[in-house]
Amino acid sequence: MSALVEVHELSKTFDVSAPWLNRVVERKPRQFVHAVDGVSFSIPRGKTLALVGESGCGKSTVARLLVGLYAPTQGRVAFDGKDTATAFRSSQSQALRKRMQMIFQDPYASLNPRWKVADIVGEPLKEHDLLSKTGDRKQELKSRVAELLQSVGLAAADVEKFPHQFSGGQRQRISIARALATNPEFLVCDEPTSALDVSVQAQVLNIMKDLQRKQGLTYLFISHNLAVVRHVSDQVGVMYLGRLVELADKAELFARPRHPYTRMLLDAIPDIHMSGRARTPVQGEVPNPLNPPSGCSFHPRCPHANERCKQERPALKMFGGALIACHAVEEGRI
Amino acid sequence: MTTPLLEVRNLRVEFPTRRGKLVALDDVSFDIAPGEILGVVGESGAGKSLTGAAIIGLLDPPGRVAAGEIRFDGRRIDNLPYEEMRKVRGRHIGAIFQDPLTSLNPLYTIGRQLTETIQTHLPVSNEEARQRAIRLLQETGIPAAEARIDQYPHQFSGGMRQRVVIALALAAEPRLIVADEPTTALDVSIQAQIISLLKRLCKDHGAAVMLVTHDMGVIAETCDRVAVMYAGRVVEIGPVRDVIHAPAHPYTVGLMGSIPAMDEDRERLLQIDGSMPRLTAIPSGCAFNPRCEKAFDRCRVERPDLLPAGATRAACWLHASTMREAA
Repeated sequence: MSALVEVHELSKTFDVSAPWLNRVVERKPRQFVHAVDGVSFSIPRGKTLALVGESGCGKSTVARLLVGLYAPTQGRVAFDGKDTATAFRSSQSQALRKRMQMIFQDPYASLNPRWKVADIVGEPLKEHDLLSKTGDRKQELKSRVAELLQSVGLAAADVEKFPHQFSGGQRQRISIARALATNPEFLVCDEPTSALDVSVQAQVLNIMKDLQRKQGLTYLFISHNLAVVRHVSDQVGVMYLGRLVELADKAELFARPRHPYTRMLLDAIPDIHMSGRARTPVQGEVPNPLNPPSGCSFHPRCPHANERCKQERPALKMFGGALIACHAVEEGRI
Repeated sequence: MTTPLLEVRNLRVEFPTRRGKLVALDDVSFDIAPGEILGVVGESGAGKSLTGAAIIGLLDPPGRVAAGEIRFDGRRIDNLPYEEMRKVRGRHIGAIFQDPLTSLNPLYTIGRQLTETIQTHLPVSNEEARQRAIRLLQETGIPAAEARIDQYPHQFSGGMRQRVVIALALAAEPRLIVADEPTTALDVSIQAQIISLLKRLCKDHGAAVMLVTHDMGVIAETCDRVAVMYAGRVVEIGPVRDVIHAPAHPYTVGLMGSIPAMDEDRERLLQIDGSMPRLTAIPSGCAFNPRCEKAFDRCRVERPDLLPAGATRAACWLHASTMREAA
């Protein structure tokens, strides 16, 4: 099966320097954050790749790079075989944007409170000129919006309501309906359920899975919740400080986590079923991305770190079906 | 049985508004024994944080305790005047809130905030208070506590700030700590550290904890007993193990089923259709009946109280028959 999305050595650097005058007066150097640093992966058509990691690891930046909200500093993203960076700048941009849509984390912030649901979900239809040229366009828009709402489990009568009349879970369904309006092939979901309660999260995850089965959608699913990731994904990429440290099939990753950071994340999940089990809490915190550690950026928190880890940055290499960036795994120490 | 440290009896919290009274908590009763960790779990709007706020006497006006009583160590605390309550809060009942950034004053150093709390409640000298503060910071696992005590909150990371907040809550050696979503704002790896820290410190200091959270996993790891709340009422209460492995209330069953599991594969998650009712439109009878698959006529008319159901107690008419057989 061919890959719908291919990402090659993608990097994004943000300039976070102080203003020019402060730099001159206080003799401060320019400062850069390498939010995403050489990330490569591909997503086969109809599959789900999940990116997990803690706050500040760059997973949301990857999402934004993919849909063209940010331009990459280095590397390239190919969608259906074509480079997106050039396509977004050309006259092809509209056609490309139609094929990929995004669902955001906060359903309270991503819907315009002054628009009715009919306008919110109908806008992509108008913007991308997806209505027939002849006939009653108003009527057609209305029936298309109603159809979309029904596909995510809302009522057709909801079109006349405003976002504040809905609960968080219902709002997230409206965002999904809006994303589906252009009939996209690829959906980028940036923490779509982390603002929701568990029972509502279950509703939204079920809808997303049903839609994938029916319409053959491809997802990039971003989350910090490994249990959710395990439920929705086919492949999982673990990110730490802007880099992928492990990329493997879901079954492989959860059965045999290899990278120490992946193990740490898995160990940190509270286990519901073994009430009272003792676990070893992980030491330390995520370092400041402005000043990342040398070598492997995980080495200050890693129980297996040695001299080589402090100096040399490990590359992503294939070990028994999984891509892992770790010297200890490479040397067979773990 | 030992006398409970905290007794909450038929607590009712109301918010008078222009459109009428909203009943946010209705007939909530539970106990916390000395040294026990009670989890309070529920979805947003269930009233779990409000229960915590009522206990520490920090209900936002116009909210007020309309009925019922709260007893701490046998003494009634829900009707104490503000100044009296201030002495109880901090000294006998400590509080930990969700967002560690907003619960610390950004203009004062960590040390000043700690010593102020200590000296408000305990008769100690400045030097003694400072030593105590350093010791507390060391206990909560803050490296180089002697140096960091003179730093400001913005110089600490999220996890470190929450450790400071825990140190503040423990400063006057309270016997009960009300922790409202203490780990929700933190990353998973930090969350695990904070939970084990909270558990260890409360054990060392002999403090009981009321842990309010929406995360069943945190409850399973930490608590002795758990109360499940829905629409302002406790729908099930019992030992953690029993509530998790053999939930008696249909809402608890749905809540457990909707959590993606780490050790089994399911194509679909169990879902509870609909959402929690708004306070303005609480259904008659059992508040859960419109979303409940097992609801029958009685559920729509009569409101159930907590009834014995296996090892736990659940507010559900499904368990009424078992009670009658036993009687």
